[in-house]
Amino acid sequence: MVDYKQLNPAWGDRAPVIIGFLCNWCSYRAADLAGTSRFGYPATLRDIRIMCTGRLDPAFVIKALREGADGVLVMGCHPGQCHYEEGNYKAMRRVALLQRTLAQLGVHPDRVQLAWASAAQGTIFTETVKEMTEKIALLGPMRWRDNLEEVAPPTQEGVAT
Amino acid sequence: MSAKPKLAIYWASSCGGCEIAILAIHEKILDVAAAFDLVFWPCALDFKKADVEAMADGEIDVTLFNGAIRTDDNAEMAHLMRRKSKVLVAFGSCAMEGCAPGLANFADRAQMMRYIYHDAPTVDNPEGVDPQPQTLVPEGTLTLPGFWNTVKTLDQVVPVDYYLPGCPPEAKWVAAAVEAIVSGQLPPPGSVIGMDVTVCDECPRERSEKKISRFYRPQEIIPDPHKCLLDQGLLCMGIATRAGCGALCPSVNMGCRGCYGPNEGVDDGGARMISALASVLDAKTPEEIDTILDTLPDPAGYFYRFGLARSMLQRTALAQENGDRRAHPMAEVPHLDPKLKT
Repeated sequence: MVDYKQLNPAWGDRAPVIIGFLCNWCSYRAADLAGTSRFGYPATLRDIRIMCTGRLDPAFVIKALREGADGVLVMGCHPGQCHYEEGNYKAMRRVALLQRTLAQLGVHPDRVQLAWASAAQGTIFTETVKEMTEKIALLGPMRWRDNLEEVAPPTQEGVAT
Repeated sequence: MSAKPKLAIYWASSCGGCEIAILAIHEKILDVAAAFDLVFWPCALDFKKADVEAMADGEIDVTLFNGAIRTDDNAEMAHLMRRKSKVLVAFGSCAMEGCAPGLANFADRAQMMRYIYHDAPTVDNPEGVDPQPQTLVPEGTLTLPGFWNTVKTLDQVVPVDYYLPGCPPEAKWVAAAVEAIVSGQLPPPGSVIGMDVTVCDECPRERSEKKISRFYRPQEIIPDPHKCLLDQGLLCMGIATRAGCGALCPSVNMGCRGCYGPNEGVDDGGARMISALASVLDAKTPEEIDTILDTLPDPAGYFYRFGLARSMLQRTALAQENGDRRAHPMAEVPHLDPKLKT
């Protein structure tokens, strides 16, 4: 078990949680290959299979972040190799626009990443998860809901006259 | 006592435009006066909060509540009106989804106070006076309502029965709501009174296969009056905005700004807009995408202009300092460089 506290003390005893949206045809199979090949990678990724990264509604990513994820990793087929021809290009554009939008809301672009891995590239999958975990570990926990808890107005030292 | 049903109209954090929208139903306002006993309307009638407090719970049949909730006073009135009303309607964009007051969620209380009372170019405050929650005067202590970090929608504070979208709601929908209430033919609770399709369905412009190679700001081009504005590179929120206005803005060469909020079944209007808009960009490499997106400044400001407070994230991140989330937002993103290059 990696001690994430050393990278950012805000982790405490917790490890980062990254939600992965993996496409059925390439990246999910790359993850499968990594598993059957017994490649090691951080246990930070919770992967969800989608048929195509083109199916990824940006609302999925935003909801994951709101509900407590520290990062979201979207992985699909390499450009030009989409099972549905265009889906991964749409994902490329959506994630780019989403990163810019989220940055204005104070979410670091590294928290939402897009990567490609073919069904034969188990090592690319594991390396991507490792790299993203390191970046998220340095950024620290997200804890979005804490932003929504109302903080009482600062109490004044005495009252103004 | 009259046997007419009792109607109340209240405003919280709002601009007063919703009150004007109510009067914009013209002579139908007489029907309202004939059908209802107006028991509380601070904008127009001289009833006081104490008059409402004196009523029995549920005594008011319908309250039209406009305005967002951003102070302790707004919240107190929301709770009071909820308790005294059988039906509470979130009237207009502010009460429904935060609207322009909700844009304050791009900042926090400390930032706003600093700007409004110190840094704004028009401020003259040599002694650096800040508003205080309590002030001692010879007559006693004066208090101001607590000011929140986060602007909330009405239904984030109290349960709401119906929603009437729009900034402000169009007169025909106000009239429709009034008629529904008068006739007792109300939709199921929780419904939005209006349409469930998008502004595009009402828009008279011609649409073609979209391929956007750059965005233009309204002052940069003179658009073709018949073609879809988005096809011409003018940002139009119509594709992700609830219909009901009759496509007023696109009809006069101005892109839809999204004041009716996301269409039915959409949880996050910004996400919907990102999804729709990104899919029609004419780009296949990260560099091409960046080049196009560089012509779209302030995407969050466009996409969440009316709906930030109701969106999934609701506000910007607050910085964490010593475990306290009070400090400035943009915690992880030190500046607003659209290219995100640090």
